[in-house]
Amino acid sequence: MSRAGRIARRGFLIGSVAVAGGVAFGAWRYTRPLADPFAGTDAGALNPYVLIDADGVTLVAPRADKGQGARWLQAALIAEELDIDPATARIVPGPVSATYYNRALIADFMPFAPTDTGWLAETARDAADIPARLLGWQMTGGSSSTADGFDKLRQAGAVARETLKQAAALRHGLDRADLDTADGAVILPDGTRIPYPDLARDAAALEPVTQIVLRDRSQWRWLGKPMARTDVIAKSTGTQVYGIDLSLPDMLHATVRMAPWGGSVARLDPVAAEGLPGVLRVLPITGGVAVLARDTWSAMRAVQALDVAFAAPDTTGDQDAIWAALAATHDAGDIDSRKRDDGDVDAVIGAGDVTAEYRVPFLAHAPLEPMNATVLVTDDACTIWAGTQVPDFAVARAAALTGLPETAIRLENQMIGGSFGRRLEIDFIAQAVEIAMAVPGRPVKLTWSREEDFAHDQPRPAQIARVRGRATDQGVQALDLTVASPSVIASWFGRVSSAPPGPDASITTGAWDQPFAIPNFRVTGLRAPESVPVSSWRSVGASSNGFFFGTAMDEMFAAAGIDPMEGLIGLCSHDPSRAVLEGLRDLSGWTGRDAGQGRGRGVAFCLSFGVPCAQVVEVEQTPQGIRITQAFAVADVGIVLDPVNALAQLSGGMLFGLGHAMNCELTYRGHRPDQTNFHAYEGMRMRQTPQVTVRLLENGPLRGLGEPGVPPAAAALGNAIFAATGQRLRDLPFARGVRFA
Amino acid sequence: MGTHLHLVRCGRLRQIARMQLIVNGNSHDLDADPQMPLLWALRDLLGLTGTKYGCGIAQCGACTVHMDGMAVRACQIRLADVAGEITTIEGLGTPDDPHPVQAAWIEQQVAQCGYCQSGQIMQAASLLALNADPSDADIDRAMSGNLCRCATYPRIRAAIRSASVRIGAA
Repeated sequence: MSRAGRIARRGFLIGSVAVAGGVAFGAWRYTRPLADPFAGTDAGALNPYVLIDADGVTLVAPRADKGQGARWLQAALIAEELDIDPATARIVPGPVSATYYNRALIADFMPFAPTDTGWLAETARDAADIPARLLGWQMTGGSSSTADGFDKLRQAGAVARETLKQAAALRHGLDRADLDTADGAVILPDGTRIPYPDLARDAAALEPVTQIVLRDRSQWRWLGKPMARTDVIAKSTGTQVYGIDLSLPDMLHATVRMAPWGGSVARLDPVAAEGLPGVLRVLPITGGVAVLARDTWSAMRAVQALDVAFAAPDTTGDQDAIWAALAATHDAGDIDSRKRDDGDVDAVIGAGDVTAEYRVPFLAHAPLEPMNATVLVTDDACTIWAGTQVPDFAVARAAALTGLPETAIRLENQMIGGSFGRRLEIDFIAQAVEIAMAVPGRPVKLTWSREEDFAHDQPRPAQIARVRGRATDQGVQALDLTVASPSVIASWFGRVSSAPPGPDASITTGAWDQPFAIPNFRVTGLRAPESVPVSSWRSVGASSNGFFFGTAMDEMFAAAGIDPMEGLIGLCSHDPSRAVLEGLRDLSGWTGRDAGQGRGRGVAFCLSFGVPCAQVVEVEQTPQGIRITQAFAVADVGIVLDPVNALAQLSGGMLFGLGHAMNCELTYRGHRPDQTNFHAYEGMRMRQTPQVTVRLLENGPLRGLGEPGVPPAAAALGNAIFAATGQRLRDLPFARGVRFA
Repeated sequence: MGTHLHLVRCGRLRQIARMQLIVNGNSHDLDADPQMPLLWALRDLLGLTGTKYGCGIAQCGACTVHMDGMAVRACQIRLADVAGEITTIEGLGTPDDPHPVQAAWIEQQVAQCGYCQSGQIMQAASLLALNADPSDADIDRAMSGNLCRCATYPRIRAAIRSASVRIGAA
């Protein structure tokens, strides 16, 4: 029995289906080319968001949670319309049963709300070009979960609520309009409470009520207010289960030692490792070696004791060669993209104007939870327990490896202990499948060591940007920014699917799309060769372009004697962005670069993922070195749905950006980074954390905030160091040029 | 309370000992390699997975537990060297009956991904047990070995202050 709703908004339909002992509400596949979109639908075509049965109410949060708070917010969006305290519902991370898992349905989801064709919408869409293409699959990324789910999840909650009311109305001979709902129950006019589970079977037999009106935000009970997130309680008491914590009966533990990128195993003698206590088996796998053991530590000890030699790859994976290749890419000048070319920079820029070269290093994602996946392979099925942002890529890879049909692969997504883009990769899942295939019938948990994580991260690429610019006392007249970078999109697509043709817009995202009316403004992307595999790192192209653009603007303002805050505000061509800058000016009490008492201040702005974000960083010179004393951030996300978490994401994004800007880099030798663990890749620590002040505005379109806090941070810090010391730092990390206290 | 070693099997390369471990007030008899770090015994042998693996070299603090009340890195303590009663995050408090530090963490909504927070909380609880009213500098000193990749540090500071008040009021 299945029912699809009649409303069709933004490419999806909300409907219901009977399930064992209850009812499920969710989105239906929308098959546009068909005259009758409901023909042939069945339970398998529904992607449920609400499941109600005798056990209670389950809310399904299909986007992965890796610390950005997506799981709770998705549940809260449903719960707000369903009239149930999200803390009292079971929240599950996505389709957990093949019955409900429908890739075709997911592939038809429209990831972004259609918006107007105004300047910001076009810019935001273009900035989101990468996730827009990928979110056709069930991908989590691009700070998109909030915008994606905002209408869809609330509609699912509202359809469920009204259908439950209809069931109660029919049962009691009442009019649905006279009924109310509260705290997970339908309330009859006489005050009788009927808990939703008591109505589930009745509701399953009804045509779903899809004539619904979403509530105005003034009526919201949970959204927009501080919420008591249940995952915060679990994470504060050691009871949150992450993928790495899974334990299954009869489970074996495994770890791997892989050849450097591009290399292979030349020689392997397993005897010494196999003789160690707890070790069950040494297993060659694609590109490396795995050890199966009774516990994680025995596996990790054995993998270090392995007598193994790796064939040396070529020399393109040496840092000097990588910088040389980037410089050569600039010198060759073959254009990959030129998404902005206003005025005539060549005619305006001349001798004596600003010229500069900026460098950013490879950066590791290094989420604190090391990569892990648990897999059970049997004759006719494969089950994967892993935290992933791309579950259907993982399923497709597992199918290819095992030879099983995709319908025989089940993936249970797990709570993720940080990602920053790392869980867009499926390498660790593929390894776990390969290992589990060697011991059919027994679950295997693969856990990487931190050393393996650094050695085989696919980092944010090292890049070189060259800038020319002209500013006069009349303001910035011209900016010509050229960025050379390997393509993260080609690299990543090539690993998980197949590389798309065409230019990689992400090489200049966060630069060309900035809302400033520079009369002569050109941004050019050059595609450099891929030396080591590279990937999306929190805020992707904007992570480096925010630094290039923000530093270049500051250099020009300084050259022309213009206050950088006034300069940015004066040039800004987009109202919400200007409001963000003005808000930051007021929040930080900006009075100029010189903050007195030997302190300097820097400001930077970046519009990324549709979110304008501006930051002020203040530093002081101390006998021990540069110390960051204060940091301010303002951003506009349209609607603040989870205010505590939104401020946390903005603060955390800025500090993440500052920490990496201070001291983080990967330098490669033989396709392997010199940095092997956190002693050589510290990021932000408590003792270096400044006082942080953050504020959110609500003038623009609804957007997510997992990434936009990162891009301005490095430029704001570098500009502050310039203000305090007169030293212009053009290479990241800044610890190459100054000492930090 | 020390660890009791009884060698039960000793081959050329195999050495398994019977050890008694007191964790969260419960006594456990373990047959394990004495070289195994406490971290992995807690996680893989006792199923106490609230204590996390992050680096294995005492650089991140995710595995912080208490040994006789003092914060230690469980990845650096071999079972043979366990010399006291162990308290893990599960023993500090529970969702229904949280320790004041955990209650402060919940109130401040410190956690983002949450993976480091067991270690942060154990470190903070140890700090507050020694110094009920720590200064900013005290907090920075005590907490800088605990890495949070999400950079929740401002809320950790706020939560430690809040916990300090809670403990003072108790």
